[in-house]
Amino acid sequence: MLSKRIIPCLDVRDGKLTKGIKFQGNQDIGDPVETARRYYEEGADEIVFYDITASAEGRGIFLDVVERVAAEIFIPFSVGGGIASVSDMRAALLAGAEKVSVNSAAVKNPALLSEGANAFGAQAIVLGMDVRKTAVTAEIPSGYEVVIHGGRRPTGLDARAWAIRAEELGAGEICLNSIDADGTCDGYELTLTRMISDAVRIPVIASGGAGEPRHLVDAVTKGGASAALVASIVHYGRYTISDLKQALSDAGVPARTCW
Amino acid sequence: MIAILDYKAGNQTSVRRALEHLGIPCCITADPDTALSAAGIIFPGVGAAGQAMAQLTASGLDNVLRRAVHEARPVLGICLGCQIMLDHSEENDTPTLGLVRGVCRRFDPAWVDEEGRPIRIPHMGWNTLSIRIPSPLLEGLPENAFFYFVHSYYIETSRENVIATTHYGAEFCSVYGRNGLWALQFHPEKSGRPGLRILANFARFCGVQSNAPEVASC
Repeated sequence: MLSKRIIPCLDVRDGKLTKGIKFQGNQDIGDPVETARRYYEEGADEIVFYDITASAEGRGIFLDVVERVAAEIFIPFSVGGGIASVSDMRAALLAGAEKVSVNSAAVKNPALLSEGANAFGAQAIVLGMDVRKTAVTAEIPSGYEVVIHGGRRPTGLDARAWAIRAEELGAGEICLNSIDADGTCDGYELTLTRMISDAVRIPVIASGGAGEPRHLVDAVTKGGASAALVASIVHYGRYTISDLKQALSDAGVPARTCW
Repeated sequence: MIAILDYKAGNQTSVRRALEHLGIPCCITADPDTALSAAGIIFPGVGAAGQAMAQLTASGLDNVLRRAVHEARPVLGICLGCQIMLDHSEENDTPTLGLVRGVCRRFDPAWVDEEGRPIRIPHMGWNTLSIRIPSPLLEGLPENAFFYFVHSYYIETSRENVIATTHYGAEFCSVYGRNGLWALQFHPEKSGRPGLRILANFARFCGVQSNAPEVASC
């Protein structure tokens, strides 16, 4: 039986691991390669690296981190942040990532999803979506709007419609991040997660808000997600990946408990 | 030395990193002589069947594989490599290598999961094996080992070839072959320790040993 995945997300800035709340106030919290290796040993099913540096210099340092990770951990990992072209995708995949995640760039240029899928296969292309709850309008019938630039800029795109469009364009997976829940540790945005999971046939990763193991159980049961992204809940040592695996397993959710 | 065939199909670098981690000498190569003088060949692949076949044919590596099989050299196909070792793929309606009798079909979107919901395609993530025929390739694995799958097409081959099956909407063949001509639908290079163990088992069958501690502990 296919198991539900637990995916730690590592935000990397200038080669250092960092974590912010509601996309602001980032603090350095460690070495990304060492942390990735620890999560691999603890049974992480996959790892996401997010490059939050903007400079070309930072980009080079980031790709170097990706290469070092690829030599040490033997589970899939994806790379996001600053990927705006097929050549950016190629650089990340060559450095050892299985998947690349595109977010703002896909909003500005949706064809990037199909170009990426044609060049590397849909399985390598993840649509990252940052979403914020808003008033229901004719333009935003689902009441959830796609935002970009770390949540600072609304796009006028309906989250549900965008997810469906991205699947048609060739995205192989969606990483769905709730800006409202991000960093709160109050639980995933389950209404949003269920809505997007039901709208598409590709896997959906729930992101933003995990604070307790039961939140992950909710994301993959009530929310219908295939995977749950975690950050603060594991970065500060409150829980290990194995604790979270155990919680899924205890709740009767299929989880990879042997590694 | 294990040769990893290079036909610009994605995951050859990941396979090389895994073998290097295991201390197994290997090279990524598109050169027929290098491939055919190696102790064994790994035939990786990610992407679409049509494009992969075109690249294999253009580079002449299709004939290298045919010759390797004819000469009974060890060959391990991975993911797309595993699929195009068969006769035909529904992906781009592509005639494939025909090294082993069988075909590759698209997952049926009408299949349902354990909760009765339609399966998501691709089959992406960690799943288990039910072993049908014991094989040296799968020796020493923990009983409940999981492997990383990413694919939208699945294999159908005759029952005597099926080493292991996996369940996703239906039971499908996830490991096939015999006598050193083997193929894996999942990615051993991305399946943690159990995956590394399979690569080490293949290398050992080829006469190349790994001394990595985690292979012993698996």
